[in-house]
Amino acid sequence: MTLANPSDFNGSLQPQGWLKYFSFSLDHKVIGLQYLVCGFIFYLIGGALAGVIRTELASPISDFVSRETYNEVLTLHGTVMIFLWIVPVVNGAFGNYLIPFYVGARDMAFPRLNAVAFWLIPPAGILLISSYFIAGAAAQSGWTAYPPLSLTTPAAGQVVWILSVLLLGGSSIFGGINFIATVLKLRRPGLKLMQLPMYCWAMLGTSILVVLSTPVLAGTLILLSFDIIAHTGFFNPALGGNVVVYQHLFWFYSHPAVYIMVLPAFGLVSEILPVHARKPLFGYTTMVYSIMAIVFLGLIVWAHHMFTSGTPPWMRLFFTIATSFIAVPTGIKFFNWLATLWGGKIALNSAMLFSCAFIVNFVFGGITGVALAQVPFDIHVHDTYFVVGHFHYIVYGGTVFVIFGSLYHWYPKFTGRMLNEDLGRLHFLLTFIGFNLCFAPQHWLGLNGMPRRVAEYDPAFTTLNQISSVGALLMAISTLPLLINVVLTAINGKVAGDNPWNALTPEWLTSSPPPVENWLGEAPLVTEPYGYGQKQEVTP
Amino acid sequence: MQIRTTLTVLTAATALVLTGLCVGNNINMLPIDASSNAATYDSLFKVLFSIGTMLFVGIVILLVYSLFKFRRRSGDLSDGLAIEGNLPLEIVWTAIPAVVVLFVGIYSYDIYERMGGMVALNDHSAMDHAAMAQPAMQASTSSRVWGGIGAAGMDAPSMGKVLPVEVTAMQFAFIFHYPDANITSGELHVPAGQSVELHMEAKDVIHAFWVPQFRLKQDIIPGQPTVLSFTATRAGSYPIVCAELCGPYHGGMRSNVVVHEPEAYSAWLQQNSPISTTTT
Repeated sequence: MTLANPSDFNGSLQPQGWLKYFSFSLDHKVIGLQYLVCGFIFYLIGGALAGVIRTELASPISDFVSRETYNEVLTLHGTVMIFLWIVPVVNGAFGNYLIPFYVGARDMAFPRLNAVAFWLIPPAGILLISSYFIAGAAAQSGWTAYPPLSLTTPAAGQVVWILSVLLLGGSSIFGGINFIATVLKLRRPGLKLMQLPMYCWAMLGTSILVVLSTPVLAGTLILLSFDIIAHTGFFNPALGGNVVVYQHLFWFYSHPAVYIMVLPAFGLVSEILPVHARKPLFGYTTMVYSIMAIVFLGLIVWAHHMFTSGTPPWMRLFFTIATSFIAVPTGIKFFNWLATLWGGKIALNSAMLFSCAFIVNFVFGGITGVALAQVPFDIHVHDTYFVVGHFHYIVYGGTVFVIFGSLYHWYPKFTGRMLNEDLGRLHFLLTFIGFNLCFAPQHWLGLNGMPRRVAEYDPAFTTLNQISSVGALLMAISTLPLLINVVLTAINGKVAGDNPWNALTPEWLTSSPPPVENWLGEAPLVTEPYGYGQKQEVTP
Repeated sequence: MQIRTTLTVLTAATALVLTGLCVGNNINMLPIDASSNAATYDSLFKVLFSIGTMLFVGIVILLVYSLFKFRRRSGDLSDGLAIEGNLPLEIVWTAIPAVVVLFVGIYSYDIYERMGGMVALNDHSAMDHAAMAQPAMQASTSSRVWGGIGAAGMDAPSMGKVLPVEVTAMQFAFIFHYPDANITSGELHVPAGQSVELHMEAKDVIHAFWVPQFRLKQDIIPGQPTVLSFTATRAGSYPIVCAELCGPYHGGMRSNVVVHEPEAYSAWLQQNSPISTTTT
């Protein structure tokens, strides 16, 4: 495997300065930031869609948007947040930026493939959103697109939805292949696998999941599009198709997708905690094994989404136990993080606050997740707001909090300037309060009988829904301090220096922002990325 | 010193367990229970709620304590202790969740069996029995009725006759048909204390039949007839909710199940039976 010569694309022919972020750059750092900024724009779009949902639900009747529009909005919200914000950012943005540093490489294994992977995302996103305006109607059948509903709603919007998800899935697969190749093949000589920072392991595990499960989703959606366009009968019961088969295939990707979102987040937290607690990451080896256990178990738990779909009893039993057991490796990671904090010298800055809030949120989401794995429990709360609450505790409380924490942690490396801590703490406080106000009451709503994906509901649920909507408003407001912070500090923030946190992982051993090809000289060999409290030796 | 640590840990663990039990047993987050399944379900909920509270409170206290206790003093640039691992400790916290998860899994399996969930696997006669009482169901599909929870007769063996009701779900309504009495209704009326067997079919897209007060839910899937059984225990009117996204008016797809005392149910049957029909 030969590394493409980055100077071909990053040399004098390429635009310099901020214009390089609008070019087909091969520099992994540029691509990482492209992912990050593009993802954040889609976060704002997805957030605006969530705002529509919560405004509609502030009153029990359907009065804010039409019922069709409501279903379009919730479909787009789910799709945008998962496929255009979280997956691209926790994988693409931080993965691209950090992995070459962590393995001691000058770029990713396949830089051109890497750029292609990114440049599939903006057109796919624009395509998805534009279906609302161009095709006359966006997809209305939820991000799960269950047939037969997806076969009976307006076809154009559904087909455009499928096409954009296929493009995003392709992007994801390209990225996954690239990460596997980079971690396994591009390591600096002398660097052993068990000396890699934890985020490398997380990305290796995630990429294995991506490569194994995303093609299944792609195949499923292609069959679904055949059913819509060519009136084949793969999933159409009127033509002898089976709708439950679609659900099996869909969840074979989409349950692992949760781990595709949270495993990188686990990796990022494992990088942040040791630095700001000034302690080695506790239990490195078990952390690695638990990632691989999650990868394996993650592939055999999908049918717990279908406990009410008429699955045979033995299957319900198998998937109850498999799903419950994924709590064990996950639990190990949480205890290890707590042990990493124990006895440390903890700096409670914004990066640390977001990371610790992640632990709280994810433990809560994990506990409700184990409950959901139990068939009898699931039968009552499946497809209710309990699941909406649980899912957002995992995906927003888990990954989005980590994305924000990571932003505060690595922004000095990205830009050479520090983010303002006061604005950071304000951002944290608003996000944390808003998030819990928004999603905690939803568990109660679900237990008491409110189904999800409804534009209208029993007036008895009004108060809890209004609390939830106020929380959503706070979350919307919370993006303001972040945006102000980023804009202000980019112009005249405090200069960070190369290593403001005094961290030991390799990306901090070069200038901020780093030069093209990462290091002016030879890449350093870092064999103890978490060697806090020990005597350090860095071999050049 | 060692003894003091052990005592502290023991006291903390006991306090945590007591808190969890107290919260799980005294805080009710569920609606009223109105079926024989609901009470069984609620006992599982209590256990899950208690264990969940113990774990959540324990971890949050540990985290918040660490953040205060080990906070970096200003000006302190030194590192914390270089502790990288502790094998016995890691074995303990792998074993504890594994045991908890195993316990919860076995317990919920037991609950599931008591709710009649495993019946289609163990006892095919129950399915044949279900197939007998469904004149309107196509014969070709009767051999493949996909098991909903609680096949007839499991949860109330002493109550004798099973009341069959055919449920048709369509955008955006449930229609209930009583084959024995030839009644068609937009609401489900059932007597308390008698086992009811719903034979469910969807006309267009996937719907789901959910009565929160019964703690029961079953998807109604086009092309796959489903059976769902329950025994209502408390007279009253409870909402039937469609839980699966089924189109624009999904949120409005609601009905009621009215649970009558047996005499009142007979009266309802009398009032609503078509005059030409004679029940045998």
